[in-house]
This record gives sequence, structure tokens and C-alpha cells, in this order.
Amino acid sequence: MTMSKRKGFGITVYILFVLAPIYWLLNMSFKTNQEILSSLTLWPETFTLANYATIFTDPSWYSGYINSMIYVSINVVITLVVALPAAYAFSRYKFVGDKHLFFWLLSNRMAPPAVFLLPFFQLYSSIGLFDTHIAVALAHCLFNVPLAVWILEGFISGVPREYDEMAYIDGYSFPKFFIKIFIPMIRSGIGVTAFFAFMFSWVELLLARTLTSVDAQPIGAIMTRTVGASGIDWGVLSAAGVLTIIPGLLVIWFVRNHVATGFALGRV
Amino acid sequence: MNKVTNNKAWWLVLPVFILVAFSALIPLMTVVNYSVQDIFGPNNAYFVGTDWFREVLRDDRLQDSLIRQFVFSGAVLLIQIPLGIGVALMMPTSGKKASLCLILLAIPLLIPWNVVGTIWQIFGRGDIGLFGWGLNELGMDYNYTASTADAWATVLLMDVWHWTPLVALLCYSGLRAIPEAFYQAAEIDRASKWAVFRYIQLPRLKSVLVIAVLLRFMDSFMIYTEPFVLTGGGPGSSTTFLSQTLTTMAIGQFDIGRAAAFSLIYFLIVLLVSWLFFTAITHLDKQK
Repeated sequence: MTMSKRKGFGITVYILFVLAPIYWLLNMSFKTNQEILSSLTLWPETFTLANYATIFTDPSWYSGYINSMIYVSINVVITLVVALPAAYAFSRYKFVGDKHLFFWLLSNRMAPPAVFLLPFFQLYSSIGLFDTHIAVALAHCLFNVPLAVWILEGFISGVPREYDEMAYIDGYSFPKFFIKIFIPMIRSGIGVTAFFAFMFSWVELLLARTLTSVDAQPIGAIMTRTVGASGIDWGVLSAAGVLTIIPGLLVIWFVRNHVATGFALGRV
Repeated sequence: MNKVTNNKAWWLVLPVFILVAFSALIPLMTVVNYSVQDIFGPNNAYFVGTDWFREVLRDDRLQDSLIRQFVFSGAVLLIQIPLGIGVALMMPTSGKKASLCLILLAIPLLIPWNVVGTIWQIFGRGDIGLFGWGLNELGMDYNYTASTADAWATVLLMDVWHWTPLVALLCYSGLRAIPEAFYQAAEIDRASKWAVFRYIQLPRLKSVLVIAVLLRFMDSFMIYTEPFVLTGGGPGSSTTFLSQTLTTMAIGQFDIGRAAAFSLIYFLIVLLVSWLFFTAITHLDKQK
């Protein structure tokens, strides 16, 4: 069939477009700076792991990855723990001010982080949380919690409320019902929410960089040090970039089976 | 679904309320506080009313970056939404190939934004980047650090690369939710490809498309890190968008009063446009 061939060709071209810049970054990360600057080669001629060695042997380099992973994990946990009950409430009950509250929550997802830079810096400094992982995790809740409530609300609305009533008749208390019955039922929704929370926290740099200086500095901020007096260390910069892609790849791998249905955020 | 009225549900929402109030209301109040004062130091501030707002609204630099921002967000939506739908339609519908496509497509979404900037900074350079080098070899005078047109093209291309997958994945999951019977009925009616798209696929994609438009509008309107790393806002200030203008003002020049007034206007614009989308979503839900 020509139609499916044309489709296959189209999607192949698009995926090549997605992969080309990444291939180039990977290619550069295995080259010496001398080779990078002297000639353009499609494959590293003098293959080297020195760029990666620089990162893995220097604690001030690799601690950036650890810091980022720590605050992202804290953020995902906080986001899920507070968003689950709230999403349930929004999906099942009418209560005073529910619509206003819902829109107010969403409006925080719309707040440009640049607006909150200075106040955040002052707020977290004044309560002694500056340069801690928890500060970045809390700051990222600003946009992750509203999004999580929104996504989960969609998934929870897809579960018939008869389940809730049946559990109630069977004598389950609310917390027991919620943890033992309800959460397993919407686990793909939770997976997708965690994916989005991870994604938006992992990729954000502006707030993470502003709220940290040494102890909780994210990898994105550490990468700027490749710009030195003698120019940019392209090899190490590329290697550091490649290493930031890996956690994302792992996460996609874990949720790959939920992506097709989950990306509709429970709203189709 | 008909909901039960129960004000005790507030207890379930309370943690979210407290958390978001802490990380949003307190900072927002701080911003409001700054926007009406001229601050020279601790205990040395004067109430200036709406002076900052008036000044900000007349500021040419801000007006320019606001126009640039709208042009950018408009271009982003016009390119990415149709392209995303197209990619979703071309994707394999099932099997190993489909999973592979999904994973490969999602990669740009999970790359930290500064690294996205770095990737394109390298890729587009004439001396060490495949893309810039390739264009120069083809005889094009391409240089994103010197030419405004090239800088815009590169920033847009980068954003298309970065975010079109989100639109495509949303649409893809929307398409998978269409029952096979719809297509069979269309086949019996001998509907053309275009008719299938126009009268079956597109209407069923409506709700995911609203989400896609909403997310793409919000995020493109707040874009900061990627163009900052790629072009630094240049050449000149041709790719300086609102967030960068604001950050320079607040942190670089420490012009707090003006930055705070500007912040509030910025936030209000995003809110206003998003509110329009939100009413569109709820309206669509009611129609079902």
C-alpha cells in the first residue's frame, strides 16, 4: 500500500529530525576538543572517554546529578501525596468554592517562574531553606501540584462512583478504601502523573538555579562552568548534556505502556 | 457525573491549599507589595501607588518584548499544532514499532531546558555544528549569532523540535481512543481520507487539542532558558522574550518596583488568555 509507505517515510523523516541533534551531541561527547575544533567528523576519529571521566571523577560535577535527582524525587512524592486526595475531592464532591479553588490552582501552573524568582529567593532565605533540596522541591510544587490535580481528576472521574459506594457498604473506612482499593485502580493515572511531575521538575532550571548555591546545585547550573577563560570546553559540555538525557530515557522506558492512553490525561 | 454536595471535602483539598498558598500566595503578595513602593533600602521605602505600572506600560523595551512574545507564541502554535497532528496520524498504530516511535518522540521532552539550548547552540554553529555547517556548505549564509532572521529561525526550529512531540503524543492517544467501528462505518460510506480526518478524527481530538493548545501557549509564553542559552537574547535584543526581560530587570538591574509591576501585568496576560481556553474546555465538556 502506497499510503502506509508514505506514512512510514514521513514518520521516519520526523524521527530522524528528532534524533539528529542528539546524535551530534553524542558524537561530540566522544571527541577530544582538538578534533572538535579542527575538523568536522561524522564519527569520532580519536575515540575518547576522557570527557565522561572528567565528570565521573569530580564530586563537584557528579553531585549535580545527585542533587537534581534528590529534589526531583522529593517533588514527585510531595506532589502525589497532596494531589491524590484533592483530585478525589474535586472529582466526587461539590463544596463551597470548589470551582474557584480549581481555577486558582490551575492559574499557578500559568505563573511564569520568572515572576516568582525574587520573592522565592527571599522567602526561602528567610526561613533558612536556601540551598537545600527541599526548597527546590517545594518551589517546583508551584507548577507540578496544579498539573497533577488536573491530570488525576480526569483519571478519577473515569472510575464509576459505584465502587466508592460498594466499598462503603462493605464497611471500609475512607482511608482504607482509598489506599487499598482506589489507588490500585488508578495506578496508570498515577504513573502518568508521576511522569509529568518528573518531567517538569527535571527540566526546570531557572528556579532550581536561583534557590541553590553549592549544596543542592542542579546539574544544569554546574554545566555553565565549562565556559572558561580559554573558551568553552565543548567535549565535557556535550558529555554532561548526554548524561542529563539518560534519567529521562529510563523514565520513558518505565511508562512506555501507559503513554498511549495516559497522554490523553484521562480526558478522551 | 452528578456530584454530591459535601463540604467536608475541603479536608481533602486542604493540604494542596496550604502547600500552594505557601508557594504561590506569599510570593505573589511580596510582588504586589514591591509593585506599589519605591525601595531604597531596609526601612526606607515610599508608597508610590500605580506609578510603576504607568511607567512599565509606557516602556518601549517592554512593549517590544511583549510583541515579540506574542509573535513567538503565535508562530509556535501555528507550526506545532498542525505538525503534531500530522505526526500523530503518521505514527504506527500498534506493535513494537509504535512503542519505539513513542519512546524516541518523547526524548526531547525530558531533556533539561538548558541542555536543549546547548544542543542547538552546538548543532547550529557554522564551525562545529552539523546543521550550521551543512547550511553553509549548501551555500546559505547562515549564522544565528549575527543575523536576526537566522536567530529567529533557529529558536523556532528548536522549539518545534522540543515541543511538537508533546502535541503529537497527546493527539496520538486521542486517536487511539476512537473505536474501530467508526472507521468501518466510514469505509462502508466510501468516505475519503480527508472526510475521515475532518468528520471523525478531528472532532474526537477536540478535547486533547484544547489541552495541547493550552499547555503550548502557557509554556511558550514563559520561555526563558532555551533562547537564553542559544542566543542570549540576541543579536541585539531580537530574541529577548518577556521572561528574559523580566529576569534582567529584577536580578540584573535590581529594579524591583518596576519588575514587580511588570510581573503582575505579565501574569495577568497569561491568566486572561488561559481563562479563555479554560472556559472553552468546560464548554466542550458540557456539550458531550
